[in-house]
Amino acid sequence: MSSYADTVRENVEAAGDETVSVNQQELHDHSAETLSELTLVEAVADALYTEMSQDERIMVLGEDVGRNGGVFRATDALYDEFGDHRVVDTPLAEAGIVGASIGLALSGMRPVAEIQFMGFVYPAFDQLVSHASRLRSRTHGQSNAPLVVRMPYGGGIRAPEHHSESKEAFFVHEPGLKVVTPSTPYDAKGLLTAAIRDPDPVIFLEPKLIYRAFREEVPESSYELPLDEAAIRREGTDISVFTWGSMTRPTLVAAEELAEEGIDCEVVDLRSLSPLPIDTIVDSFEKTGRGAVVHEAPKTAGVGAEIAATIQEEALLYQEAPIQRIAGYDAHMPLHALEDFYLPQALRIKEGVRDAVEF
Amino acid sequence: MNAHSSVYEQDSNDRLQILDPDGNVRPDAEVPDLSEAELLAMYEALVLARRFDRRAISLQRQGRLATYAPMTGQEGSQVATSYALDEQDWLFPTYRDHAAKHVHGMSLTSLLAPLRGYREGYAIPDGVNVMPEYIPIATQIPQAMGMAWGFKLQGQQDRAVLCHFGDGATSEGDFHEGLNFAGVFDVPAVFVCNNNQWAISTPVERQTQSETLAQKADAYGIESVRVDGLDPLAVYQATRGAVRKAKDPGPGEGRPTLIESLQYRFGAHTTSDDPTVYRPDDAAEYYRERDPVDRLRGYLTNEGILTDERQATIEKRVDDRIQTAVEEAESLEADPDDIFEHVYDELPRRLEDQREELRELREKYGDSAFSEVLE
Repeated sequence: MSSYADTVRENVEAAGDETVSVNQQELHDHSAETLSELTLVEAVADALYTEMSQDERIMVLGEDVGRNGGVFRATDALYDEFGDHRVVDTPLAEAGIVGASIGLALSGMRPVAEIQFMGFVYPAFDQLVSHASRLRSRTHGQSNAPLVVRMPYGGGIRAPEHHSESKEAFFVHEPGLKVVTPSTPYDAKGLLTAAIRDPDPVIFLEPKLIYRAFREEVPESSYELPLDEAAIRREGTDISVFTWGSMTRPTLVAAEELAEEGIDCEVVDLRSLSPLPIDTIVDSFEKTGRGAVVHEAPKTAGVGAEIAATIQEEALLYQEAPIQRIAGYDAHMPLHALEDFYLPQALRIKEGVRDAVEF
Repeated sequence: MNAHSSVYEQDSNDRLQILDPDGNVRPDAEVPDLSEAELLAMYEALVLARRFDRRAISLQRQGRLATYAPMTGQEGSQVATSYALDEQDWLFPTYRDHAAKHVHGMSLTSLLAPLRGYREGYAIPDGVNVMPEYIPIATQIPQAMGMAWGFKLQGQQDRAVLCHFGDGATSEGDFHEGLNFAGVFDVPAVFVCNNNQWAISTPVERQTQSETLAQKADAYGIESVRVDGLDPLAVYQATRGAVRKAKDPGPGEGRPTLIESLQYRFGAHTTSDDPTVYRPDDAAEYYRERDPVDRLRGYLTNEGILTDERQATIEKRVDDRIQTAVEEAESLEADPDDIFEHVYDELPRRLEDQREELRELREKYGDSAFSEVLE
């Protein structure tokens, strides 16, 4: 069976696009070390492709995921490779997609459902919080709902209303659901692979702002990343800045600019929002004694509040300044003319970090 | 899928039609009672819609508008349904119903404003009964039902509500809940299903095993009608009848109606979509021969109502209006304070603090500092 990268390469060759840097030699060498340069959205498709090649129980379902390959091409090439029984264009019904996925999981399948945009997940909310999340506890551990619900989230792409939401807190608040989000192509494949293999339901949030922002070497073979471990993206000593998904890059940009001012940031990409990687959060905070959280979602009752409260509980005596929450405002995501003023970015991140450091 | 297997082509006797593809009145068909001036006004709205659509797509390609949902091929039904409304009736549009909104009172500038990123275009002007466009699919249907129910409860017998949605929406729970309530409470609502046969890449045959979408009304005990959505006069007649029945049902008649308006999405779902990936274009010519704008033009020309001179006048007039609207929309300016306005009736303290924080940052660094590329 050909790999996802082979398919991408064929598509690239067919399109005559030479700007995509795919290493031809490596693509023909199917050793475990084989790497390809993928964007984050290609890494999502790669993870699906690789897992589906190895496990016939895995199927993908959602709106426009089949023939169209997904509105962001996150399921590109799957339909041709695996057919319409495993890559399924469903009727337009989010509750139906997630409810069906629970039933499919109960039958022994391993469904990976796509919600086209996070802002459209609400019809499925009942299925997720009343059922997927609590099947294990309701059946006293005798049953579970091993399914993944993928959804692109976040702003910054000049999208229409309802296409830019960051509502992770809704799902983090619900016991029984895992919530993860990658910030790099390598993590996207490793986390999605682990999510598919995980026995619990996983909400897999895809930062659409950086779907195609950069390429990174991604192994062609399967690999898992743990679903509950943060990644330290930049080591530092003055302050711990906690973030995830598409806010990771502006946070790193801000950290480099702050370094020129003599502020040494440690940037922690949480990757998992539920369960929270508490040990890494606390260890980093105990080292720096100051903290900030950066997220796109509104500030009030956002995941930043949970991180700040956790630090109070676990590391109060290390704390030298209030923990800054650099977040979306407590207003609706505006239409795109104003989204730059709404979303955190390097400017606001730097300002918030300075407030914590100079406290 | 080819044209000959589409739901539009299946059986042309199962729907209301008045004009044939060339604009001739079909045998036994009755032309609605519209004056020459009304027919010309309807035609001008169609020409406007077609040219607005082209201009919007072009502006999007130039980066001057964000994602736009084209309506070419569907404007005939949009214009005709809104013409069938009385001024006091309410309209619940989707993101594709630009022409329907305009005919019922929204300015062209207000149609363009959200595409430039400004919420002002969603505001409901005094005396205009048009809700902001609905983007989450089918969510408007129970709400339109509820407004119609409320008018009935308050004895406002002269008011109806018209609700647009697509074929994909009939798969959502909200569609079924809304129609069921409409039947139970017998509300003065007209539900217009714009069956353009494609929900992005999913053909209507994949939405339902039902033979028609109209027949779904049977399950809720409400009446339905199927109409050729590329025939503006037929759509007008079907809608006008449904509006009249909503307000003043005859003995044994129910107030609500489901209209299945059979159409074809001539273009892409939105400017972000590439239909060549999933849809063969062998049907395109079939539908172009039945183009709603050309069809009404054919009828008006046959009747001697439309002359070349009038056509030229109409085109010049609509192009001028579109140009003015584009200039107005492009002159709008964003006020970041607007992020905090209208979240609540009164601004809570935390929002006040946040507004102040943003004001201070803007003062300190200037607005251009906010437009760094995020990624």
